[in-house]
Amino acid sequence: MIIHQLSVFLENKSGRLTEVLEVLGEENIRITALSVADTTEFGILRLIVSDPERARELLKLQNFTVNLTDVISVMAPSEAKHYAKILKILSDIDISVEYTYAFSVGDKSIIILRCSDTENAIKALKSHEMELLKASDLYKI
Amino acid sequence: MEIWNPHFECMDRKGISRVQSERLRETVERVYFNVPYYRNKMQEAGLGPESIQTIDDIVKLPFTTKQDLRDNYPFGLFAVPMSEIVRVHASSGTTGKPTVVGYTRNDISTWSEVMARTLTSAGANKNDFIQVAYGYGLFTGGLGLHYGGEKIGASVIPISGGNTVRQIQLMHDFGSTVLACTPSYALFLSEAIQESGIKREDLKLRVGVFGAEPWTENMRREIEDKLRIKAIDIYGLSEVIGPGVASECMIQEGLHINEDHFFPEIIDPKTLKVLPSGSTGELVFTTITKVGLPLIRYRTRDLTRLTYDTCKCGRTMVRMDKCLGRSDDMLIIRGINLFPSQVESVLLEMNEIKPHYLLIVDRVNNLDTLELKVEVDEAFFQDKISQLESLRQKLQNNLESSLGLGIKVTLVEPKIIERSEGKSQRVIDKRKY
Ligand SMILES: [Zn+2]
Repeated sequence: MIIHQLSVFLENKSGRLTEVLEVLGEENIRITALSVADTTEFGILRLIVSDPERARELLKLQNFTVNLTDVISVMAPSEAKHYAKILKILSDIDISVEYTYAFSVGDKSIIILRCSDTENAIKALKSHEMELLKASDLYKI
Repeated sequence: MEIWNPHFECMDRKGISRVQSERLRETVERVYFNVPYYRNKMQEAGLGPESIQTIDDIVKLPFTTKQDLRDNYPFGLFAVPMSEIVRVHASSGTTGKPTVVGYTRNDISTWSEVMARTLTSAGANKNDFIQVAYGYGLFTGGLGLHYGGEKIGASVIPISGGNTVRQIQLMHDFGSTVLACTPSYALFLSEAIQESGIKREDLKLRVGVFGAEPWTENMRREIEDKLRIKAIDIYGLSEVIGPGVASECMIQEGLHINEDHFFPEIIDPKTLKVLPSGSTGELVFTTITKVGLPLIRYRTRDLTRLTYDTCKCGRTMVRMDKCLGRSDDMLIIRGINLFPSQVESVLLEMNEIKPHYLLIVDRVNNLDTLELKVEVDEAFFQDKISQLESLRQKLQNNLESSLGLGIKVTLVEPKIIERSEGKSQRVIDKRKY
C-alpha cells in the first residue's frame, strides 16, 4: 500500500521541469501524478511514476537531487465530503498530513497523502473501509 | 615550558631592535653588492647601503614579490656564487615557473635553529618520537621538520606523506608522540585511525605541528577532539626559509615570529603603506640573516595582525594571528572585511550543506549585496518545503552571526558549482567601481 513517490529539488529557473520530463520521457517512464510545491526561490517536484527506482537513477545521473518519499493513495468519490472524511480519520488519531494532492478520474478522485505516520495511516483508513490503491493500481491509470 | 633559545626568544624589545638594525645593515650591504637586481632597484630609489642605518629605515626599501622571483628564475636573486649553495628547494607554481630557493650551509643551520625553536615551543624534546608526515623532496616541509627534530635530539621518523596504513602502523609500533603534517592530512588520518580499529589508548601521540596551508579554528577543534592531541599551528613559506618562520607556543595565542631572522611588517596591500601597530594587513618579511637568497620586504599576500606584548609563555618575539586569508581573496562588503574562508568554516559546521559554494557580490542602489549559493546535500533532502526553508534560514542566521553581515542564501541543485582539485572560483564580484 505504500507508494514510492519521486521528489526532485528544483531551482526556480525556466526549463528545469522540462528537463526532468524529458529525461523520464526518453526512457518511457509513465507519469501518473505530478505536483509542484514552490517558494519564490526553489521548488519540489513530486511525481508518481511507473518505475520510481529507475527514474531516480536516471535523474541522479543528470545531477538532480532526488529522493523517494513514502506516500499513500486513496480512491474515493469526487464529492468534497469524502476528502474531508479521510482527513478527519487521520486527525482523530493524531496523524498529521504533511501535504496532499488529488486528481480525478471519471467520477472518482485519487488522493495522494504524505502522512507523519504512514503505517498507522494505512491501518486506520483500511479499518474505515477506505479504498487504498497499490502502486501497481496507480501506474495503470 | 622549555624555550630553545631564551637569549633571543625572550630578549627585551630594545635588544631585539638593536639586533634587527645590525642584521638589516649587513643584509642590505650584501644584496647591494651581490645581487644586481637589488642594486638597480636601490639606485633607482636613490638609495645606497649607507641609507639604511636602523631597522626603521626599512620603509625606504623597495618591495619584492613572487613575480620578481619568477622574473629572475631560477637563480637570479641568489647572493652567493653557486659553489656556496648546498641545497635548492622549489615550490610548484600554479601557473608557470616554480619558485626556486637556495640555501648555504649557514642558511641550513639557521633553518635548523628556527625549527628547533618551533618544536620546542610545541612542547617537544629529545625524548620525543617525531613522525614527519610532510612530503620530503623539493617541498620544504619534510626536511625542515627533519632538521629541527634532529637538532633538539628527538627521534625523527622520516616517513614523508601518504601511505596512511603505514603511518598508523608506525605511529602505533614506534610510539610516535609528535605528528607533523598538513592539518587536512591530520584530519584524514584521525578518521583513518578510528576506522583502523586501533584504540586511541594504544597510541602515544601527544601533540601535532600543522601548517603549510590555512586552517580555521573549527578545524583545530576537530583535530584536537578526534586525535586527542594539542594542535599547534606553524607558519612558513619557502621563499623566506620554509617552516620555522613562526609558530605557536603552548598558550596558542598567536604565532611567535622568529624576528631576529625574519623581520615582519604589516602593510596596506593597496597603498603599500606600513599600517599602525595592531592593524590587519598584508604580512611582509625581510630576511635579515639569510645568505643564499636574502629577500627584502617580500610580500607574502597573507593577511594577519601583529601583537608586540610579552606572551604568557615568556617569549617576547612578536606574535602574528592565525592567517585569515590571502590579500588577493579579501572582499570589502559595506566596509567589512570578508574572506571566503570565513564562509567556508560556517558551512563546514553544518552537515546538511556541502562546502561547495559561490559568493556573488553586487551593488544595488549604491549598497553592496551578497548572495551565497550552496548545494543541498542529497542525504538531507527530503521533500518538505518547510525543511528546506528552515535550513536556508538557519544557514543565513549562522552566517550573519559569525560574519556580522547579512547574506542572502540560495539553495541550488548539485554540481552547479564547479569542482576542482586546486582553487576553484568561489567569488564573483559584479560591482563596478
Ligand atoms: Zn607564547
